[in-house]
Amino acid sequence: MLALREGIVVNASLLNVEGLRKYFEVRRGFFGKREYIRAVDGVSLTLNKGEAISIVGESGCGKTTLGKTILRLYEPTDGRIIFASKNVTHLSWKELKWYRRETGLVQQDPFGALPSFMTVKRILEEPLIIHGVKDRRERDKRVYKALEQVKLTPVEDFIGKYPHMLSGGQQQRLVIARAIILEPKLIIADEPVSMLDASVRIEILKLLQKLQKDYELGIIYITHDLSTTRYFSEKICIMYAGHMVESAETRRILANPLHPYTRALLNVIPDPDPSNRFIIKNVPAGEPPNLLNPPTGCRFNPRCESMMKGICNVKEPPIIEVNRNHYVKCWLYGRT
Amino acid sequence: MSNIKQSLRTLFAYRSALGGLIIILILVGISAYTIFAIPYDEATKLWRAGELYWLNNPRNAMPSWVNLFSFKKMPETIILDTKKPQLGASKALIPVSDKITRIKIEFSFNYEYDDFPSELNLFFNSNFNVSAPQLTIHWVKPNGGSIVLKSFLLSKGEDRYYISNDDRLARELKSTISRKINETIGYDIPITILLFALEDSSILDPSTARVMKGNYKLWIDGIAFEANMNLDVKLVVYGKVYSWAGTDHLRRDLGIALLWGTPIALSFGVIASLSIALIQMFIGAVSAWFGGKIDTIIQRITEVFMVLPFIPILIMISTFYKFNIWILLVVIIVLSMFGGSVKNYRAIFLQIKEFPYIEASRAYGASNFRILTHYLIPKVLPTIIPSIVLSVADFVFLEAALAILGLGDPLAPTWGKIINDAHSNGALYKGLYYWVLEPSLMLAVTSLSFAMLGFALDKIFNPKLREM
Repeated sequence: MLALREGIVVNASLLNVEGLRKYFEVRRGFFGKREYIRAVDGVSLTLNKGEAISIVGESGCGKTTLGKTILRLYEPTDGRIIFASKNVTHLSWKELKWYRRETGLVQQDPFGALPSFMTVKRILEEPLIIHGVKDRRERDKRVYKALEQVKLTPVEDFIGKYPHMLSGGQQQRLVIARAIILEPKLIIADEPVSMLDASVRIEILKLLQKLQKDYELGIIYITHDLSTTRYFSEKICIMYAGHMVESAETRRILANPLHPYTRALLNVIPDPDPSNRFIIKNVPAGEPPNLLNPPTGCRFNPRCESMMKGICNVKEPPIIEVNRNHYVKCWLYGRT
Repeated sequence: MSNIKQSLRTLFAYRSALGGLIIILILVGISAYTIFAIPYDEATKLWRAGELYWLNNPRNAMPSWVNLFSFKKMPETIILDTKKPQLGASKALIPVSDKITRIKIEFSFNYEYDDFPSELNLFFNSNFNVSAPQLTIHWVKPNGGSIVLKSFLLSKGEDRYYISNDDRLARELKSTISRKINETIGYDIPITILLFALEDSSILDPSTARVMKGNYKLWIDGIAFEANMNLDVKLVVYGKVYSWAGTDHLRRDLGIALLWGTPIALSFGVIASLSIALIQMFIGAVSAWFGGKIDTIIQRITEVFMVLPFIPILIMISTFYKFNIWILLVVIIVLSMFGGSVKNYRAIFLQIKEFPYIEASRAYGASNFRILTHYLIPKVLPTIIPSIVLSVADFVFLEAALAILGLGDPLAPTWGKIINDAHSNGALYKGLYYWVLEPSLMLAVTSLSFAMLGFALDKIFNPKLREM
């Protein structure tokens, strides 16, 4: 899906993902039938330079797999990943090296994401060593700079410490420092704040936002928490069961959610108004579908309030551009 | 630096660790001393030199320190040599005319021990042209009694007279003494007793025979039929104790083997234990990390090696090829490389492989090899240090066990080899307990020290075992 603006193809985009699929093979027993978990099933998205987008969905919807497949930590089953006009979909490990330098990963569990036996300095040096920064002083300089960027200051206090000596927030800052030390253009932040105390969440998000503004970073922010996205990203993509069901600018989606699933998600955001505390929220019934054997037609149809029998449970809905740059994958908005 | 200090303090909270470490340091000190004092080539040469080299040593002598624990003082070896000017050995070669030289050589020594010497030998080194000198050897006891031991013609160059092996002399002396005390000596009495015992009825039984203490003399007179000749004589009165370690059946100083056994055992144990652990860990990591076909192949090989009986195969190989000890080490490493621990390590690495930090390292482009060596192995390494330390003792014992079975390095002087010699020469039947005890004690102390350190390390690295 290329960004169309006034009929002209503007190829300012940093990342184009087209029809990306990632299936995991499972085999039950030695002679068992091969089956596939369709974790990501035909997802397309576009990210412009210096843009932040959020991918939102409940657990098991494939959003983490999508992130890792974009980073080529998983081999894509189908589709294309185009980064800075280069097709990286099937590049070999060696050819990928420049891509590794251009991308960064921030994971959910900061303590697990840091090797416990390395010092802060060593952790930050590793990517530099791997990418051939041989000069020790050059490495030191960049380590200092990265630590200052994530505000782990005074740097001297942190540089010799091991990860377990840092607090959760500091650990996550260190993870971010490691992700940006190679000066990438794209960062995938996979639930970067969900394991942190509420008090430091906003700090970390603000830090990411500042880095994004300062260095024109493209950020894909993966979360299950719609409430944090509005502070952060210009665009939101909603994922459900391996499909991208809706994508639009943040304020549009929050003001005018189109897909029944998006509406349900918005509906369950906690309301800070105490007078509403006795209102029982309307949660969509049922469980997320089994991705080994997803429902036919629209994958949300068994849980959907507006399900149209004979259409929704028969044929997969197309992606429809309802408003400008507001896409939805639902039969309610047109049929072909 | 402060880190090391901190770790040592934690470690020394366990007394056993301190004790074990002290013993290990002492053993390392002994090793260092040995390597510099007796180079390995020299040690193996000495060890294989054969009996001739060691002729000055008593056979099967106990270590000297047994005298500290006994009222009965065992004799030390007395060596008197006319070549080296010393008290108690004198030599006179007097040219009588231009055709005749008179020879007069005298040895005298004090014998104050409570037991008889083990042997008595004379070594001659002569230099003459035409006719052999005629020599007569006299023996004078402290009580003044004089006996002619032998009259003979000396052969040229090196010659020896094993006094204690002279059967004719033994018969003669036996009948002389029997006549003197008017009773027949009813047993096969050794010459050493006949020459050194009090000549009374106590001599009738070997257990009551007592040493006549005092000054003994052995003198040689003779005539050589030329003017320019030379003769040197060495008298060796072999004792029953020798040095701090004693000697074996080939008169070799056990000390050499005990000393050299230390660096060999330590390096053998440490190299085997460390390299096997590291190789197994690496194979386990490769198996877990790459998965798929590589994993399958490694696991099948491991299973084959697990089924093969390690010790019987090792025994078979060492029976067919008499290995150098270092080749044996390589064989042991190769045979245990795919041991069962590979499966344990694989299981651990399969778990670590999924840790987010590994994924992060892939995201910034770490290569497979770097992930193996910098991310997977360092995570596990600290936890296996106790088992590496503990298994050092296993390999020290394995080497000793093979040597005891006669399958070790035939040349290297090792503890196991001493026990093997002791066993094949019936040391324990002959009461030569020191021969077995000394190497066994070294083995026991070595494994004890590693066990003490290893168990303490285990408690530190596995907090579940930590005492409150």
